[in-house]
Amino acid sequence: MSAHTTQGGTKPISSYLYKRAKVRLIGLIGLPMFWIVGVYIFSLFLLLITAFWFVDPFTSKVIVGFTLENFISIFTVPAYISTSIRTLLIALAVTGVCVIFAVPLGIYMAKIARPWVRNTLAVAITLPLWAGYLVKIIAMRLVFTEEGFFNWALAPLGISGPTFSIPIVILTLTYLWFPYMALPVFTAIRQIPPNLFDASSDMGAKGFTTIYRIVLPLIVPAIIAGSVFTFSLSLGDYLVAKFTGGSTQMIGSIIASNINLNPPVAAAFSMVPIAFVVIYLMVARRTGSLERM
Amino acid sequence: MGAGFVSLRGVNKFFDDVHAVANLDLDVHAGEFFSMLGPSGSGKTTVLRLIAGFESASTGSISIESQDVTELAPFDRPVNTVFQDYALFPHMSIQENVEYGLRTRKVPRPERAKQALEAIDSVKLSHLAQRLPHQLSGGQRQRIALARALVLRPKVLLLDEPLGALDKQLREEMQVELKRIQREAGITFIFVTHDQEEAMRMSDRIAVFNAGAIEQIGTPQQVYEKPESTFVARFLGVSNVFSDQVAQEIFGSPATVNIRPERIKLVAPSTKPKADERGVVGTIIESSYIGANTIFLIQTESGQRVIATRLNEELPDQVNRFVTGDRVGAVWKSDHSAVIPT
Repeated sequence: MSAHTTQGGTKPISSYLYKRAKVRLIGLIGLPMFWIVGVYIFSLFLLLITAFWFVDPFTSKVIVGFTLENFISIFTVPAYISTSIRTLLIALAVTGVCVIFAVPLGIYMAKIARPWVRNTLAVAITLPLWAGYLVKIIAMRLVFTEEGFFNWALAPLGISGPTFSIPIVILTLTYLWFPYMALPVFTAIRQIPPNLFDASSDMGAKGFTTIYRIVLPLIVPAIIAGSVFTFSLSLGDYLVAKFTGGSTQMIGSIIASNINLNPPVAAAFSMVPIAFVVIYLMVARRTGSLERM
Repeated sequence: MGAGFVSLRGVNKFFDDVHAVANLDLDVHAGEFFSMLGPSGSGKTTVLRLIAGFESASTGSISIESQDVTELAPFDRPVNTVFQDYALFPHMSIQENVEYGLRTRKVPRPERAKQALEAIDSVKLSHLAQRLPHQLSGGQRQRIALARALVLRPKVLLLDEPLGALDKQLREEMQVELKRIQREAGITFIFVTHDQEEAMRMSDRIAVFNAGAIEQIGTPQQVYEKPESTFVARFLGVSNVFSDQVAQEIFGSPATVNIRPERIKLVAPSTKPKADERGVVGTIIESSYIGANTIFLIQTESGQRVIATRLNEELPDQVNRFVTGDRVGAVWKSDHSAVIPT
């Protein structure tokens, strides 16, 4: 074996890059930046442009031009307004239900459960992610359908089970997106030092006070992170409403029904969930709960 | 046996298979500065947590001021705790932290603000009341943790190695400060530490813990000068423990005897011990100058090692009366040695 030489180095590419920080940086983030800007942002930008086009009423062909009609219709057509509000409320309800389930579960898993129980629950929470999205919706549909489990189980009592409606949509969406709330919340609670619970109790606080005054403020960032998923995924969903909502319409339903008939209206409507999420994040920021950490 | 202010009777604590506290009886007097001293894993922190109520005793009973608290939750016990790593709430300002306990007790807002600010003032940190805990230094957080516990005027204050994370100088300042606060407030302090010097410096009495049980309880002088077990003798300071055959040679009886290094004088090897003295002859195999003292390690012909500490009363260039390799006599007064009961 020959001795290593210091002159020039033994690895020409590494030596070249060592002296050129900018080249290294491009090598590091070039590919992801292409993905984010070139594919992701660009396609959203095209969508935004499409929203200003319109459809020729006679030929049903898309005309490239400029009109605000599509956006105006979102705010003027009563069915569109009520659908937007309904979708917003459903998404908020899903997020709320997820938080109500995730916090006590997270406290139990992180601070009380023995390791094997904790691991079992962690698997149980992530289990729904293993199954396909459509599979889970159909599963919920089968449970609540007219010949489904609830009607069968409640029939001897003379009661009929819940029918496809907004509550079932909320339940199904919660079922779909709960892992995205439960996991960050669990992780955040796990990071709370155990002696903060002792200290709170030492100073006279009972369980509920400790959750409200210590745990919740400390996991706000995790709840916001989780709610971005539960909220935005619920806003954009339409198959759940279609299969388990009965006549329930969501923003996604309108987009889906217009996507072939009137792409510019669909494009304009696609901006509504995005606007909701942006407003939601701005509100979260304004409360200051993200900074006091 | 009269019940103490804080009193534990027959307390056992098991964590799964681990017997953390074994059949413990303990009485702490009112207004006393009481330390629980021991190595890690000796059960001292578990006993503190049992008194606070964070852990429940597997068997036995705990009472505070004659009230049985064994079944009470922490929030119903008249004690407060200062935690090892302070346990300040990171999302609350210093003032909100100190107000927390008053708030859970439904003290009206103006009153609790007043009390909290007084408590913060008493630890001289008024100027930091609106800061968040992470903006404070370790020593400042320690003071706030203390203020947060004291503002609730507990009957007993529990301190779990509160000075462990501080550097030496700050720790010594806080030792003096804690002692002053305890004296002025007249509150019973139960203090957990593994630092024997810290325990001796502050305590009225010390309980030395080993393997889930108390080896000895007494004043600092008692546990240091009259250790009742080899463990206590070795855990508090440096000691020379002679037993069996060696003790037979020196003392004429096989008892276990402890002699502290600072009680041993070095003399010329030919010097005969006086009637009230005992001694051995050996060779200095190591001498270390450590400022105030010089530590000599002496080995006798039979291989027994003796540690002697001499004060450096002379100037540094005059202290080396004995050097490594010298043959010396190591002698001590008979009544300076303590027989350890076995």
